[in-house]
Amino acid sequence: MTRRVAITGVGAITPVGEDVPRFWASLRAGRSGIGPLSTVDTGRLRFKNGAEVLGFDPSPHFSDKEASYLDRFAQFGLIAAREALAMAAVPWTPRLRDRAAVVTGSCLGGKITEDEVFAAVYDGGGRRVHPFAIPRAMANAGASQIAIELGSRGPTYTVSTACASATHAIGQAFWLVRSGAAEVAVTGGSEAPFCLGHLKKWEALRVVAPDTCRPFSRDRRGMILGEGGAMLVLEPLDAALARGAAVLGEVVGFGMSADAHHVTQPSAEGAALAISAALADGGLAPEQIGYVNAHGTGTTVNDPIETAALRLAFRAHAERLAVSSTKSMHGHALGAAGAIEAVATVLALRDGVLPPTANFTEADPQCDLDFLPNEARQAEVEYALSNSFAFGGLNGVLAFRRWSG
Amino acid sequence: MAESIATKVMAAIVQSQGIDPGRVTPGTTFEDLDMSSLDALALINALEEQFEIAIPNEEAMGLRTVGETIACVERLLPEAVGP
Repeated sequence: MTRRVAITGVGAITPVGEDVPRFWASLRAGRSGIGPLSTVDTGRLRFKNGAEVLGFDPSPHFSDKEASYLDRFAQFGLIAAREALAMAAVPWTPRLRDRAAVVTGSCLGGKITEDEVFAAVYDGGGRRVHPFAIPRAMANAGASQIAIELGSRGPTYTVSTACASATHAIGQAFWLVRSGAAEVAVTGGSEAPFCLGHLKKWEALRVVAPDTCRPFSRDRRGMILGEGGAMLVLEPLDAALARGAAVLGEVVGFGMSADAHHVTQPSAEGAALAISAALADGGLAPEQIGYVNAHGTGTTVNDPIETAALRLAFRAHAERLAVSSTKSMHGHALGAAGAIEAVATVLALRDGVLPPTANFTEADPQCDLDFLPNEARQAEVEYALSNSFAFGGLNGVLAFRRWSG
Repeated sequence: MAESIATKVMAAIVQSQGIDPGRVTPGTTFEDLDMSSLDALALINALEEQFEIAIPNEEAMGLRTVGETIACVERLLPEAVGP
């Protein structure tokens, strides 16, 4: 059984907006959420900037008791899922709950919880650790908490493939719904990477920019880490139409690949394989794609390789693609990145507004595509891709279609 | 003094990469030694610890040869190479 898969709800909590309307308004305006980190003492770090959900206060969302069960990353996941589910307004029945999937992506799980535990145990001579440390820190905490709150009992799990986690999660949820293995899915990702122990690891890798994120610009100096969460509600298109749901767009294809090359050095061939696999999965010709939400980290290495991958997969049509990296605004939210960017891509198609690559200064001869510098573009596009290329050489690409009724 | 820094840097490369000392000269590139960018980062990290210096990111990412690495360490240890 092959079914068309509709998106009927989206939710997002990000550094550029704590819900979808504010998130999308920021992206359309090219507003960046990158600035000095406020939740971590950066005195011992070589980089000082990040994209935080600035001033995030869990109290409007969770009671103190609820919050005590939830690491920041799981809070972001739940908040985004609630928004997406409220928008979708699925008419839940016991049977539907039993056939509802929750598939989330997270690279890190509850890293802040873990960092606090380790600091207390190793530095503080602590003999006691909070009994919720394990359920807070597990990578599937987001998926589990969403299922508990929703009462959904279908396939529920978390994918952890570094920066491709959420894209892989959404792709698998799409396949579950398309194949009939699930009747509805809540899917996306969430991440909260800002704690000293974790940031020291990024410092050692020397890929974080000291200033800001300038994807595809000649003077780019690296990535900027971000945090947040985003979720989508997927259901069969016919079911959505039958109940009169507002359809935001369709997921039409998903492709994955492994570079089998190097643990941090990306490969254009591997990335191009995932792009071509997503097109093939959706029965799409390269010429049908109008917009690509790029992985676009802003590192020296990623951006020219991604440019080369797009040229490999799209051949001559690469010249006609509009490509942007919204990481320039919301930062690189690792295992949540693919979900935040999927929501951006769906809204771009819906509204006919392609979000820009912010902080763009000057073109790099090695990155010579149409990168939508600094200003959103009005363009009716029927099909778009969202790319995620993870450390470890694991790639995921989603294909979306505009819903025109 | 400058020779001794060069000797120490080359010894660090030999140790971190597990290679024959005869393969490492100032003219050797990281590529000659089959060092990936990640291997180079590990070496730079070891040199920072050994010499108690901080090599800025952009300088670190630009290093391609043993000679450049030696010069970088020497530059960050001015008292060791001064007149």
